[in-house]
Amino acid sequence: MKLLAFDTATDACTAALSLDGQVLERFERRSQHSEHLLTMIDALLAEAGLRIQQLDAIAFGRGPGSFTGLRIGAGVAQGLAFACDLPVLPVSSLAALAQGVDAGQVLAALDARMQQVYWGAYTRNAQGLVVPRLSEVVINPEAVTPPEGQGWIGVGSGWDAYGDMLASRSGSALARWLPDIVPQARHLATLAAAAFRDGLAVSADQAQPVYVRDDVAVKRRGPA
Amino acid sequence: MIVLGLETSCDDTGVAVFDTARGLRAHQLYSQSRMHAEYGGVVPELASRDHIRKLLPLVREVLADADIGFRDLQGVAYTTGPGLAGALLVGTAIGRSLAYAWGIPAVGVHHMEGHLLAPMLEPDPPAFPFLALLVSGGHTLLADVQGIGRYQILGESIDDAVGEAFDKTAKLLGLGYPGGPAIAQAAGHGTAGRFRFPRPMTDRPGLDFSFSGLKTAVLTAAQSRVLDAHTIGDIALAFQEAAVETLVIKCDRALQQTGHARLVVAGGVGANQLLRAQLRHLGAKLSVRVHYPRPEFCTDNGAMIAYAGAVRLQAGQFEALRFGARPRWSLTELTTL
Repeated sequence: MKLLAFDTATDACTAALSLDGQVLERFERRSQHSEHLLTMIDALLAEAGLRIQQLDAIAFGRGPGSFTGLRIGAGVAQGLAFACDLPVLPVSSLAALAQGVDAGQVLAALDARMQQVYWGAYTRNAQGLVVPRLSEVVINPEAVTPPEGQGWIGVGSGWDAYGDMLASRSGSALARWLPDIVPQARHLATLAAAAFRDGLAVSADQAQPVYVRDDVAVKRRGPA
Repeated sequence: MIVLGLETSCDDTGVAVFDTARGLRAHQLYSQSRMHAEYGGVVPELASRDHIRKLLPLVREVLADADIGFRDLQGVAYTTGPGLAGALLVGTAIGRSLAYAWGIPAVGVHHMEGHLLAPMLEPDPPAFPFLALLVSGGHTLLADVQGIGRYQILGESIDDAVGEAFDKTAKLLGLGYPGGPAIAQAAGHGTAGRFRFPRPMTDRPGLDFSFSGLKTAVLTAAQSRVLDAHTIGDIALAFQEAAVETLVIKCDRALQQTGHARLVVAGGVGANQLLRAQLRHLGAKLSVRVHYPRPEFCTDNGAMIAYAGAVRLQAGQFEALRFGARPRWSLTELTTL
């Protein structure tokens, strides 16, 4: 199948074209994803000699992550998919992060600011795809509960910001941590292809971010 | 040329299709104001979240209303600024991506240029040059409009926008949000003469505005009294009189200074009936024709963006393969046509 995938949840802007298993990719680690994303996509399609209408589906990192980043990714996915009437595969950015680590048990953490992390635990199935072991949460690092078993690998910017605290909470379950790894579109594409086969594609207007952090405003009390 | 226009600069999601041959083909607006009312004002993050849920369904509806398919579209226009960065980014991301995938040009539109040109959607549009009064929750300014992109700002608010003063006064009086219609309604039950508030910066030359002093005067009056229905009506009436008279005095000056024979009033406060009545008198006095967009195009809308975008696309303007918001963007920095 021909799949375009991208993720903009972190400070990495990453895009990949997966063509029946062969992967072309682009990666930028500058702050303005809105400056690069469409140019990267255009370069990938040109390299493959494809028109966007020839794709089978579009996958994007639906979060959690930077709110603005998520809307850039979801907005581009919506626009491209709506225009070409293509199905969309929203993929967890934490799962894409975990998928990129060569390990059976992964503790994925993205820095959520405000002294919190987006947190998920993943194991791998027989096909080598990560499977969530708990619901994604936004959590204080000191509130993380240690996973069962041993040999877990920590990964992501959450470990960069709060590695010592997360490690002490994980205790002997943790083998080591890799704080510099970011979600990459090639791994997102792997998960998206499986989701596509499982019939999990949605329409363009359902290509929505999943913020996880939803308490972003306080309602006023009483009149006025 | 048939152009899709998207507006997401604040708390309204607007979509329209403008056809340079046949005029406005369809437009739709989704207002978030009820959601934000629960928070006492616009919450930027919630605005962004709502835009990305509502924009595509609205695009689908508008294309159906206009009875056109994707292949009929020849350009996409979207508001790039000024406004809320996150909200703007939703429209620019979706708009730029639609245009890319359709293989048609895209253009970013200045929100205030959209407002300035909104009267062009009416049957008897104003000819250039004209004086424009832009009055909304975010802006209060007078501009000398010589042509597309040729805007000289003659005066603007040095503090609050007039619409913001309406909103804050309404909030203070326990009236609803948005404040404009709430104040106007309460003023209808008020008695003139009980309160008199200042007409800020009208006692000196110049065309700049200030509304924070007026807001303070209202606050002082409200704090020292029991806010029963009579008092609320009386304060609302006196506030509306002061705000409107201030705008009209400056319009009078600006028209005499420029000698323009046409005045365009745009922005949400342009829907205020007292302002319209007083400007009608001013127009009669100076032999100036006053132009308004229809009420639904006074406030934020997609039609004005589709129109302004079509004008600029027709002139050959287009965006590179990137998008982004310009939350602060002066009207005087636009390309002239």
